[in-house]
Amino acid sequence: MISLAGRDILHTWGKFVFTGIGLGLLIGVTLTMAGVYRGMVEDGRVLLDNSGADLWVVQRDTLGPYAESSSVPDDLWRGIRAMPGVVQAANITYLTMQVGLGEQDVRAMVVGISPGGSGEPGWPPQLVAGRQITRGHYEAVADLASGARLGDRLKIRRNHYTVVGLTRRMVSSSGDPMVFIPLKDAQEAQFLKDNDAILMQRRRTEANPAFNRPAVPDLLDAVIASQTSNSYVNAVLVRIAPEFTAQQVAEPIRRWKRLTVYDRAQMEGILVGKLIATSARQIGMFLVILALVSAAIVAFLIYTLTMDKIREIAVLKLIGTKNRTIAAMIVQQALVLGLIGFVVGKITATFAAPLFPKYVLLVPFDTAAGFAAVLAICVLASVVAIRVALRVDPAEAIG
Amino acid sequence: MNRQGIRIERLSKRYGSGDTAFWALKDVNMQVAPGEVVGLIGPSGSGKSTLLKCLGAVIDPTSGRMTLDDQVIYDEGWRVRDLGALRRDQIGFVFQAPYLIPFLDATDNVALLPMLAGVPNDEARRRALELLTALDVQHRARAMPSQLSGGEQQRVAIARGLVNRPPVILADEPTAPLDSQRAMAVIRILNDMAQQLQTAVIVVTHDEKIIPTFKRIYHIRDGVTHEEAGEGRGLG
Repeated sequence: MISLAGRDILHTWGKFVFTGIGLGLLIGVTLTMAGVYRGMVEDGRVLLDNSGADLWVVQRDTLGPYAESSSVPDDLWRGIRAMPGVVQAANITYLTMQVGLGEQDVRAMVVGISPGGSGEPGWPPQLVAGRQITRGHYEAVADLASGARLGDRLKIRRNHYTVVGLTRRMVSSSGDPMVFIPLKDAQEAQFLKDNDAILMQRRRTEANPAFNRPAVPDLLDAVIASQTSNSYVNAVLVRIAPEFTAQQVAEPIRRWKRLTVYDRAQMEGILVGKLIATSARQIGMFLVILALVSAAIVAFLIYTLTMDKIREIAVLKLIGTKNRTIAAMIVQQALVLGLIGFVVGKITATFAAPLFPKYVLLVPFDTAAGFAAVLAICVLASVVAIRVALRVDPAEAIG
Repeated sequence: MNRQGIRIERLSKRYGSGDTAFWALKDVNMQVAPGEVVGLIGPSGSGKSTLLKCLGAVIDPTSGRMTLDDQVIYDEGWRVRDLGALRRDQIGFVFQAPYLIPFLDATDNVALLPMLAGVPNDEARRRALELLTALDVQHRARAMPSQLSGGEQQRVAIARGLVNRPPVILADEPTAPLDSQRAMAVIRILNDMAQQLQTAVIVVTHDEKIIPTFKRIYHIRDGVTHEEAGEGRGLG
């Protein structure tokens, strides 16, 4: 038996191909949306991987340092370093802000890393160009996605930083490129005020009789000095010894330091389950809507293609073609349309993904699931057309 | 199989019921022998199409009896379970318009019927080519319907109606879209093939040009038929 669907498709291949391309663009958008979600999750994982930490010690009862703000004293790390099972402990600050690059500015996550050199938690694990930060001030390592080049000057608050190294795929959970600077500079950047604000604060402090006591002449200077410096960081990153479990190390820190400690799984849960949960639901809604639109379009196309062949279907039924042969013809055409659409969609998504400002990750599982969904949608969408075709009266062929 | 043609006895068809009941066919009797071509003529609304649909097992008669060769196919109810298979294997259709399947070439349009009956593709195509040769369109065997002239399309449609060698062919205004010369050619072909394959052919027509070619004519008016002898001329 010849393939009626195949012959019809070959006969009107132009219609099928152009319809398939239209459908494919829609499928491409759907696959890209799934890739955007995967990219967000991957960005979160990369952020955790690149931090090089096993534990995150943050302000008590906060979800810091990524999902909420967190402040802990910058001398805390010494006490944590002395806890059992701790191999390394390092201060870290994170601040997402606009960073000046030439005449323009870019959205970036500025990371303050403690002195100690490569290999310390928080430091970029590898560079694609240049070197790590070696000076205590005004040097930066930037991610390539920021657009910075070696030797460029970055403006963070009032200070300028020279880019001495470049990294790749060092991004925040929002996909913003990271810029690493020395910890002291980052602490200053977090609380740095303009000169007018500093002067006004000094005047307010001088006017406060509690601080400006003639009997204690050094008190005012001490208070003003404390107001112009920042001795807090957002978190302490901890690397543990291999013979300890994360819980074995985290529990004493929680108990004795009165802080909140997250291990890798908990931090991933915060990033994926809380930080990007709303975005994920948003994308999920888009995917559902796109799937419904795709189904409606396929159903309409197959219905139209079937209605164009009502007379032929009547003739086929009159000459004894079985209903299942006619139904199979319609389903096969819907599947071919879906196949063309999926191939076009996959190609579109693959070539379009790098053009997106945020990371779009197209994973094979999503591709396979998308393919299965497209075929399922095509089969379901052909039901209406099949019902119409099976109701065609063979007498219509006679007139 | 013993060819006996088609025989209809007291066939009636009623549409609607109660006060709105309308008898489209009233006790129609008809018999067409193998190899015979008869005309069925009558004004619009006389019941021609209803009779053709009943004969073609497309609609259910209300009462009566139909016999095809030695098989009773209807006797106050269908005696055949699969009407689709009955139409495919035992009834050939030729329409006013050829209604060829536009995505199949001439050969496969004809070969489709035996293929649907389970005949292997090669054998089905061989039978199709045989008929296309007999109808003198073998040179257009690979052409798509849109590439065929009206006369060629009608000949392919006739080949499709004949390919399963049915005992009866129902032709509904087969010459309507054709000029006199081509119309006569189609009738000649139907007569020749009826003779060769011993098929009973019923031609529904309004066409004044071809009515004189029938040796026997059934007139139908208000659902009632009466038979008369035709002139039977012009076919050489």
